Amino acid sequence: MAKITFITSSEEEIVLEGDSGSVMELAVQNGVPGIDGDCGGVCSCATCHVHVIPEYTTKTGEASEIEKDMLELDDNADEYSRLSCQLEITEDLDGIILRVAK
Amino acid sequence: MQNQICVIIGASHGGVNLAFSLRREGWEGRILLIDADPSLPYHRPPLSKTFLTSGEEVEKFSLKPEEAYQKEKIDLLLGQVVLKIDKQLKQITLDNSEIISYDKLILATGARALIPSIKGINTAGIVFPLRTAKDVINIRSAINRAKNKKVVVIGGGYIGLEIAASLRKLEAEVTLLERDNRILSRVTSPELSTFFDGLHKSKGVHIHTSQEVVEIQQAQDENVIICKDGNRYFADVIIIGVGIVLNTELAEAAGLCINNGIVVNEYCQTSDEHIWAIGDCTNHFSPHYQRNIRLESVQNAVDQAKVTAKAINGKKEVYDAIPWFWSDQYDIKLQMVGLSDGYSEVLLRNESINKFSLWYFKGNELLAVHAVNNAKAYVLGTKAIKEHLSINKEKLVNSEFEIKEAITSAGTQSMVS
Repeated sequence: MAKITFITSSEEEIVLEGDSGSVMELAVQNGVPGIDGDCGGVCSCATCHVHVIPEYTTKTGEASEIEKDMLELDDNADEYSRLSCQLEITEDLDGIILRVAK
Repeated sequence: MQNQICVIIGASHGGVNLAFSLRREGWEGRILLIDADPSLPYHRPPLSKTFLTSGEEVEKFSLKPEEAYQKEKIDLLLGQVVLKIDKQLKQITLDNSEIISYDKLILATGARALIPSIKGINTAGIVFPLRTAKDVINIRSAINRAKNKKVVVIGGGYIGLEIAASLRKLEAEVTLLERDNRILSRVTSPELSTFFDGLHKSKGVHIHTSQEVVEIQQAQDENVIICKDGNRYFADVIIIGVGIVLNTELAEAAGLCINNGIVVNEYCQTSDEHIWAIGDCTNHFSPHYQRNIRLESVQNAVDQAKVTAKAINGKKEVYDAIPWFWSDQYDIKLQMVGLSDGYSEVLLRNESINKFSLWYFKGNELLAVHAVNNAKAYVLGTKAIKEHLSINKEKLVNSEFEIKEAITSAGTQSMVS
């Protein structure tokens, strides 16, 4: 079980728990505003963009090449950006805080 | 506004996104979302891919959980068919004779699989289209029952090819029949057709082009598919992927303007000011391409839903998205942006094996990019098309240069004509 905190663009904090699937799926299933996942989680639409709070980047690891490229579609992307459909929920993610991209 | 009711017919990508976007944009009235499909609305792209191969329940692919509809006060009416729209009285009639009044009506009726008129197709019993979750469940169980797992796919478009790739994963013996002289002929260039033809053949799919199926006969425990030139193919299961029929009958009977889809303006409004239409069933004018287009894609459904939700809430925004599509087959990710129709030149940029992009130009204007395992080309192509950037073609085809180096500066800003 991993506890994941989302901070939305209106500064609302949403804390969710999950044990499998992707972070995007967890967010969509729980209606986190700003995470759409239009392509269903195949790294094609870039509508599940989050910024990892810097101190947790060691937990999330690095984006793959395709993910990094897709993030370039979004002008708000930075070095902490991830597509949450590519973040698989494991115990390793427990406690992370993600800011939903604008 | 609280007493108003917005009725949405069609609860797939377009209709569902619209319902949630309406709330986000401030709609306080009732929202009623109706669909003939009894399942909780689901993602369609996985149907031909992971849903077909996984054996998972359709709930795993839900667009939103049931609680989300309750939370946003979106009333779902599933498994119900709308029979009629009366635009004078602003009412719809359901198949249980119930009459529902609306203030705003949105048609997100999409399309259904085209079943071609082939002799014996209706009596064969093992012929399936692939458009709904139910179709996939039927296909999965037919393949599980099939003695030899011998499948013939009729139609070499994206759906047909995705199905072929999934069936290979299920270790079925797959034959794909295409009427034209190449697969993907309706949707892409010969260059990309050749690539996918080779890919599927290398994975063991038997592809036969210029094969027009004229008859399906039931033999003892097999089916014989007979083509115009006399060729015969044998299958325990037949899957049809030859295109779609637009669900425009309701709109047509209501007297809305139809021309290769329900005609909508730049805000997705139909010829009736109280009725909007979104997604596959619509035909709209694209400011970017300066012509009317009809698209079959998730992107179009979702983006039109967002524009419509804004318009209904008094925030008019012109729909001018650049279309994009994707297809996943085996370990190949194809990403497409823009519309290549009318191109005068296609340039190939090779990065490495199975990683390349095709750039379609009309003169110097970039119309579209088809990228294979090459998200960077897709992303930079998207920007270049959107912003009418000019491209140095010599640098583009030379992979010693980065794609970025080939995209030089703002272009002429001229529209494509």
